[in-house]
Amino acid sequence: MIIGLAHYLAVAAILFTIGVFGIFVNRKNIIVILMSVELILLAVNINFVAFSSYLHNVIGQVFAMFILTVAAAEAAVGLAILVTFFRNRGDIAVDDASVMKG
Amino acid sequence: MALQAIAFYLLSAVTIAAGLGVVSARNPVHSVLLLILAFFSAAGLFVLMGAEFLAMLLVVVYVGAVAVLFLFVVMMLDVDFTSLRQGFARYMPLGAAVAGVLAFEMVAVSAVIANRGQAADSTGPMASAPDVANAETIGRVLYTDYVYFFQAAGLVLLVAMIGAIVLTLRHKPGVKRQVIADQVARTPATGMRVVSVKPGEGIQE
Repeated sequence: MIIGLAHYLAVAAILFTIGVFGIFVNRKNIIVILMSVELILLAVNINFVAFSSYLHNVIGQVFAMFILTVAAAEAAVGLAILVTFFRNRGDIAVDDASVMKG
Repeated sequence: MALQAIAFYLLSAVTIAAGLGVVSARNPVHSVLLLILAFFSAAGLFVLMGAEFLAMLLVVVYVGAVAVLFLFVVMMLDVDFTSLRQGFARYMPLGAAVAGVLAFEMVAVSAVIANRGQAADSTGPMASAPDVANAETIGRVLYTDYVYFFQAAGLVLLVAMIGAIVLTLRHKPGVKRQVIADQVARTPATGMRVVSVKPGEGIQE
């Protein structure tokens, strides 16, 4: 049984879908939303690496590295915003986070 | 070849199961730990495809830094997580419907893409140039053609670091701090005064 490109693409597609599903069902919990975004980025990375590996083109891996960089920066800034939000409000429920007064 | 297939199915099953656990766990600490498991198994998939450098990068950067950052924040914030799970059952049907359609579309498209054109002629996974290690293959491209993008990535990380510090730094009022500039700027004129004291009276303020 040979594992082809389609197998990896299917895994990435399912993982991406799980991430979207997580954003849908955990609307209030911004920590889980951030983790779902990380799952989506991981799915994208699997796609990039799979195409890079099966098409024998290394540029996909270079791009996956840049995605990794941006994802790490996004997680750091997102969690910093979360900590500030928690300090100001004492809660992290984001469904009523429309109060943006300074 | 059979061993490779077994490894693929095992790793992808663990990845997907851990991903499902991340979005459905009751306790966010469990979510973070399952996220670490998902990243670890995905790193195994990368190794299976021959991308060893990215696999190790995933383990070091994600498991070592990002996931631990998540863990710190989850444990540091004293939040009532049960109230945050309200609406889970309410949004479940819509989310499952959207996710199902999305999964079907993406799997269908990728099945088509993987079986035609250049991808159909592929001779199997090969993430490195012949006779060169994977890290060296990436380095040869990254430090030549993509050197400006590499520097820009460093700039992104610098800005993210400064941004995170600026956002979370706070000065509590009422806490005494050492201000070096004030100490250095002190002169004899501001630091002391000469009082002529009359005998028997002392100093009166």
